[in-house]
Amino acid sequence: MLARAVTHALVGLDPRRVEVEAHLQRGIPGFTIVGLADRACQEAKERVRSGIASAERQWPRSRITVNLAPAGLRKEGSGFDLPIALAILAASGQVPADRLAGHAAVGELALDGRIRPVGGTLAIAEGARSSGLASLICAAESASEAAFAGIEPVPVRHLVEAIEYLRGERQAASYEAYSNDRAPPPAADLADVRGQERARRALELAAAGSHNLLLGGPPGTGKTMLARRLPGILPPLAETEILEVTRIHSVAGLLTPEHPLVTQRPFRAPHHSASVAAIVGGGPGPRPGEATLAHRGVLLLDELPEFQRPALEALRQPLEDGVVSIARAEARAIFPARFQLVGTMNLCPCGARGDPAGDCVCSAQRLSAFREKLSRALLDRFDLVVTVPRARASEFAAAAGEPSEAVRSRVEQARDTLRDRPLRRTSAADELLSRAVDRLPLSGRGRARVARVAHTAAALAGADEILPEHVAEALAYRAPAELSSS
Amino acid sequence: MSELAVAAFAAETGGHHVGRPRDSRFGAFARRFDAAAYGRALHERGLRFVGRSEEDFPSLLRAIHDPPVGLFVRGAAAPELLARPAVAIVGARACSSYGSSVARTVARELAAAGLVVISGLARGIDGAAHRGALEAGGLTLAVLGCGIDRDYPASHRELARGIAERGLIVSEYAPAVEPAPWRFPARNRIIAGLAAATVVVEARERSGALITADFALEEGREVFTVPGEITSSLSKGTNALLRIGATPLTSAADVLEVFGLEEPARATESSPILEQLPATADELARVTGLAAGALAATLAELELAGLVVEGEGTYRAAR
Repeated sequence: MLARAVTHALVGLDPRRVEVEAHLQRGIPGFTIVGLADRACQEAKERVRSGIASAERQWPRSRITVNLAPAGLRKEGSGFDLPIALAILAASGQVPADRLAGHAAVGELALDGRIRPVGGTLAIAEGARSSGLASLICAAESASEAAFAGIEPVPVRHLVEAIEYLRGERQAASYEAYSNDRAPPPAADLADVRGQERARRALELAAAGSHNLLLGGPPGTGKTMLARRLPGILPPLAETEILEVTRIHSVAGLLTPEHPLVTQRPFRAPHHSASVAAIVGGGPGPRPGEATLAHRGVLLLDELPEFQRPALEALRQPLEDGVVSIARAEARAIFPARFQLVGTMNLCPCGARGDPAGDCVCSAQRLSAFREKLSRALLDRFDLVVTVPRARASEFAAAAGEPSEAVRSRVEQARDTLRDRPLRRTSAADELLSRAVDRLPLSGRGRARVARVAHTAAALAGADEILPEHVAEALAYRAPAELSSS
Repeated sequence: MSELAVAAFAAETGGHHVGRPRDSRFGAFARRFDAAAYGRALHERGLRFVGRSEEDFPSLLRAIHDPPVGLFVRGAAAPELLARPAVAIVGARACSSYGSSVARTVARELAAAGLVVISGLARGIDGAAHRGALEAGGLTLAVLGCGIDRDYPASHRELARGIAERGLIVSEYAPAVEPAPWRFPARNRIIAGLAAATVVVEARERSGALITADFALEEGREVFTVPGEITSSLSKGTNALLRIGATPLTSAADVLEVFGLEEPARATESSPILEQLPATADELARVTGLAAGALAATLAELELAGLVVEGEGTYRAAR
């Protein structure tokens, strides 16, 4: 007896159709899974056997072979439990095989037969839809996530429910459609930041022009606090972006039943001990890294010079192309990674530089090693470089700053301008830019960065042209010579 | 005795000689040494050698206790530059942004007034001094502590090229001599020896810049130091010099006075911002009431005009 269930495996973020074939033969009872199944997948045997027993169904007394086709594709994870169980039940005539063929299924089995959600359900549901299936049998918790893919979810809490549904003994359970009202509370607000006028301004420019931002300064001046407030002044995600970001977070297993949809711009702040694979993704069946998890959001590298050099260098591709491509012997995964980078750093290894009360004790060698770590190439990715000085006591007594919402509305307006009508530099602005290139240490790339920031400043000001004052302001945020090792 | 032979012998044996070497190998070396061929090889690489007995050898340097047998020279300027009135500006490698901006500004003004700015091409103060002189379109001279064909540190290769385009790079060491810690104090005696006055900008307690100042004091040359905060370790060395009688430097004019030069007339710019310096951008925003964007633009204009400099978040007047 042979029966088939359909599910999908993920290569990176891409769903690949996988047919789960169960074959029952005469012979010594046994259970084999073939088709490049990884360890979690091999262990499905025990869960499936217990799950079927808990559902009070018959475990076939024959030689059972389960094949995961195509056999050449590596299969990972526990999402194959449910389709394997259903295929075995169909092969032994306990559920109708023809009805099973019209459904995709995904889910992990508990030993008592309950169905647990697995990561990547959204991408799997999208795969099922595009391979022409009308519905997806999945864990109840994943139902609303699957529904975003435009497929009809069949939410099941227990293997029994799946069996009864396939036998036509019960209707598909209803599920609660996710509504935006349940969106998580807004990110930290800029109103909490007192003083720091220049850094606030740089944050606004960064948000309006999608510029990468580097905040330097002694410890405790609020660099991280400022960086955390960037997502709050970015425009909300568009519908397509929500789906895109949710797919990534689903694959990474970061969605919760309470928030099955990512509606806010992601904010990721990996620790500086993070490996290359943690930052850009990797592993045998490549998994997304922090750069991809920050897609359409903000990636904060706190204490930038403390990161491993290879991890920093690995970020150059996504910063340039907005994607990470990971090549493996069997498959190549391309992850989207269009994020805004915010870095923070001290001005020297001991951190005293830039603090009027501090006395830097770093040797010339340590200082130059510290600065060399920030290769020119990496420094070149930051359009805006701002030093955040230590705030005076008077600043803390100052009135609260402008709230994020007010800044966000200006940012949205500037973004509209930047998208709809590119501004031109006046001849006076052009002349100022050339003068700056002559007088300051400003490379060709540096010039391009200044031009970009000037464009954003003009858009924020609501000007019709890029004026000299916009170029001048942009010049104030260039990378200082002292950071480029001298 | 050929001075060139002594310099070439020192390079070959890794030694340091300011007179006829007592080394027994020198006699044989001098006999087979082909000065003409060596000179041609130098010339092909754009290098020259000025021996102590030659007319081009600067008399100030000849006057010190242990002048080098000669100087290897590279760069576009004529060796006559070595004899021009010169000021050495030296200091810490791990300097503060304040120190580097002072070195740069003072160098700029001294160079603009026609003095040659001498330093050691090191990181920090030295580099800032060379850069300041180049910015003013003036002449600057770098004294190396390694072979004349080396750019040390490597990160200053570009700066060395800029210096050689208009000024000179000199060393008492023949090509291919590796930098070694003991050569730098020896180099410092040449810096002090070439200059009529030495300015120490920032120095820690046991800084190499203090060695330069000691040489200068020994030779009876003028020594200026930039006063620093008494709490900062970067001022320990300079303030100690002040205690023993070095002249405090309050502006470039103090140095110019020694040379009988006047400060070039400068358009006196006044702006409410300049009066508040030094200050951070945020402090200026609060005092002037300007929005952060408009203030950044104004400051950048002032910076381009050479009136302010920014370092580690603080804006200072570039007097």
